[in-house]
Amino acid sequence: MSEGATNLPRSRWLLVHAGAVFAFLYLPIAVLILYSFNGQGVGGFPPRNLTLDWYRILFADEPIWDAVLNSLQVAFAAMVIALALGVPAALALDRAQFPGKALFRRLVLLPLILPGIITGLSLLMLFNVTGTKLSLMTIVLGHGTALISVATTEVFAGLQKLDRRQEEASLDLGATYWQTFWRITVPNLKLSIIGAALLIFTLSMDEIAVSFFLIGRDNTLPLEIWGRLRRGITPEINAVSTIIFVFSLVTIVFWYRLRVRSEGGADVGMELLETSEGSAK
Amino acid sequence: MFSRAYKTAVAAPPLLWVSVFLLAPYLLMFCYSFWSVSSSRTIVHSWNLNNYEELLAKTVYWQTLLRSMWIAARVMLFSLLLGYPLAYFLSFYAGKRKDLLYQMVIVPLWVSYLVRAYAWKTILGSDGVLNTLLQYVHLTRHPLDFLLYSPFAVVLTLTHIYTPFTFLPIYAALEHVPRNLVEASHDLGATPVQTFWRVIFPLSIPGVVAGATFAFVLSLGDFLAPLLLGGPSGIMISNIVVSLFGAAYNWPLGAAISLGMLVIVVSLLFFSERLEKKWSFS
Amino acid sequence: MGHPTGPWTEKRLMVSPTTPAPAVTASIQSAAKPTLLSIRNVAKTFGRNAVLRNVSLEIAEGEFLTILGESGSGKTTLLRIVAGFETATSGELWMGDERLDRQPPYRRRVNTVFQSYALFPHLTVEQNVGYGLRVAKRPAAEIAQRVADALDKVKMTAHAKAKPSKISGGQQQRVALARALVNRPRLLLLDEPLSALDANLRRQMQVELKSLQREVGIAFVFVTHDQEEAMVMSDRIALLRSGELEQVATPREIYSRPATAYVAQFIGHTNLLKGDVRGGVVRGGSLSWATSLPDGPALFSLRPEHVRLAGTGGPPGLVRTRGRVLHQAFHGATELIRVECADDLVLVMRTASGGGALHEVDLEFSAADAVLVRESPERN
Repeated sequence: MSEGATNLPRSRWLLVHAGAVFAFLYLPIAVLILYSFNGQGVGGFPPRNLTLDWYRILFADEPIWDAVLNSLQVAFAAMVIALALGVPAALALDRAQFPGKALFRRLVLLPLILPGIITGLSLLMLFNVTGTKLSLMTIVLGHGTALISVATTEVFAGLQKLDRRQEEASLDLGATYWQTFWRITVPNLKLSIIGAALLIFTLSMDEIAVSFFLIGRDNTLPLEIWGRLRRGITPEINAVSTIIFVFSLVTIVFWYRLRVRSEGGADVGMELLETSEGSAK
Repeated sequence: MFSRAYKTAVAAPPLLWVSVFLLAPYLLMFCYSFWSVSSSRTIVHSWNLNNYEELLAKTVYWQTLLRSMWIAARVMLFSLLLGYPLAYFLSFYAGKRKDLLYQMVIVPLWVSYLVRAYAWKTILGSDGVLNTLLQYVHLTRHPLDFLLYSPFAVVLTLTHIYTPFTFLPIYAALEHVPRNLVEASHDLGATPVQTFWRVIFPLSIPGVVAGATFAFVLSLGDFLAPLLLGGPSGIMISNIVVSLFGAAYNWPLGAAISLGMLVIVVSLLFFSERLEKKWSFS
Repeated sequence: MGHPTGPWTEKRLMVSPTTPAPAVTASIQSAAKPTLLSIRNVAKTFGRNAVLRNVSLEIAEGEFLTILGESGSGKTTLLRIVAGFETATSGELWMGDERLDRQPPYRRRVNTVFQSYALFPHLTVEQNVGYGLRVAKRPAAEIAQRVADALDKVKMTAHAKAKPSKISGGQQQRVALARALVNRPRLLLLDEPLSALDANLRRQMQVELKSLQREVGIAFVFVTHDQEEAMVMSDRIALLRSGELEQVATPREIYSRPATAYVAQFIGHTNLLKGDVRGGVVRGGSLSWATSLPDGPALFSLRPEHVRLAGTGGPPGLVRTRGRVLHQAFHGATELIRVECADDLVLVMRTASGGGALHEVDLEFSAADAVLVRESPERN
């Protein structure tokens, strides 16, 4: 929002600090990528014998690809659930008054800041009591429920920016609520909804704390990775992580360009944290 | 302008869902914490305070909880020390590169938590990148073994993971500081340092509180980093819960501890919310 | 409005300060045409805050009615109740024999031109205008024809394919008008539609809007806080203050016979004279004149143009006083002069410019021009 036009004297100290923080943030990622090509496997300095072996091993590794497929399915289903409930929840928070609204808001947003273990365990108990068999489906329910918070905050932030007169004008011109929702509200919230969808998808793909407790027979990718990490250091994990990283980067760039092109949208992560400050206003 | 039917249509489905999948599980957790396990490993649905008595009696729970809070506090502090100046630099000094740099802070968030924790393991291990590098340049002769499997490794990794989370709300708060206030302060004769401490910092406090809360709460509940990098001395409270729900098979006791965590977290959120309100002036 | 001398004799015949009865005149006005919308005892409270209290107003077919009021007077709330965006706390709206206030906004044959136009940013000008017809599922050919006609009427055909963000404020205004009118509403509501335009464009749009209204013959309810705009455009003005109607009358009536002190001050400049009636004589400070009012305190509004520099002689019934000039404000053709008379009385007079600097002056006005007004007590 600000132009950064203030005339502050340059600060060398701040610049050095910023450089150091970026180095800290990117060191593990650099190591990860570098050592995915390291012939010696994990560790050792300097890396030697650059090789694509780990990628070759990875592509032949069926359990990993099964897990990737599972994760994609889970992420997609969780995204659908979280949006289907998060968008109405945002609308309700924005424009309906009902008893227990404050509690509802806090409950919906709580999983955003609550350590995953609590969400995961409480759902585990629910499924246990109701006799629900743990499977990918229970993970979907867990992710979907926890990530309603993301959809709600994103869309709620979008609604705050939406000029209420747009919808009034539509009703005024004879459109019903349903027509107004699809013709005016959704197009205006397009960016928020796409942003939320991307975020939910990514968060679900990466989620482990909730899945950890709700896993059935089939692994999601993070759990498959976890299993291998517990067994010992396995360099193909570097390879699969590098691929996911590149994939994420492409998604970010795609999102960023979409946002710039339709100007005025906000940064996904920022919206999320801004509206969730303390998670429960 | 919205009819009753409209409001019902948007409020009812999420209300119902949240009641079943969030509220009910929390209540269930509450119930579990008053039940117990029989010797034949089945859950006895009789109400008692045994779990809470055990928690109060055994110091291991308290020690672990305190250690977890101490780890979380350090993560929070380091995240603020890394995140705040970075946010300040980006918001006030980065000029045209602001957007790009902002995205660069976000990007690591898109790399799997697990994978980044694992990367630190490969860096810190006794035959890891750092140790072999130190030996390679002859700074040490033997690998430093305090690096991995220690609270240090856990704090380092969690700081790495939660610094962007801390950065974001602080950056948002700084971006909301009206620039003409800074100009007014300079106009009234304050130096940049005075302006920072008297104008900019006070206005950014809600962001600091939000960021600190994120770092503390999420670190407090973490169990993966300790399992991966913590070793025996880096065990945190959630690890106890995990084992109670796993091998030790004592769900009720695990539920009691989880409930305690939930209470701690919710009260922290409550206080941070109060604090943020107190320091927001718009 | 601004003649310092001359028309006062006519006025004297017209004005009877004893009977300011605006409600009567207002109903005579609307009785000329059939009533379109009847607002009956509408009240609106937000929490403990009463925004509208017991507002009743009849809007006639084809009339241009302006709801005038300061910000916070409740004028926009009243408009939103008519449009259906707010629900009145009590009271009813009737359009013919149809109870309007129970209908959702999309069933009311009422359309609105919003303050900031509320054009849909993701739709083109053409799609914006066709929106109402499209959601009503009119045949495509009819939509195309009516949209084209509407755009033609507001001279926006050339910009049919543009997005709203690419056209100027004045053009957006025209599109908003076309978008509302294309649905052939029975009543068009306009919420300060000119407030976003600069002064010149605004005057031009006032004229255009008025002639468009005559052309289409649809009743307009126009909300504004600008009294000059209200005077120029309206058939009738409904002046709202703190949620209550102060007066409903034609611009001429409301100016020459304000019902209350508030109306007199809000519309144009005025002198408020506090007086005491005793035995057929009004006394207020050093001024006094004969009256037929009963005994008791009385408040009068005296327009500055009815005060003039005293000549010699003149007809009887003129009230005279003398004072020192405090300030002379040049307004082009006329100037406003503040004169301090005896007993702390300050009179403002309007006179033709060009008299040069004045110091001590003799003033006179006709007692008949001092219009009896009601006090406007504080509300809220």
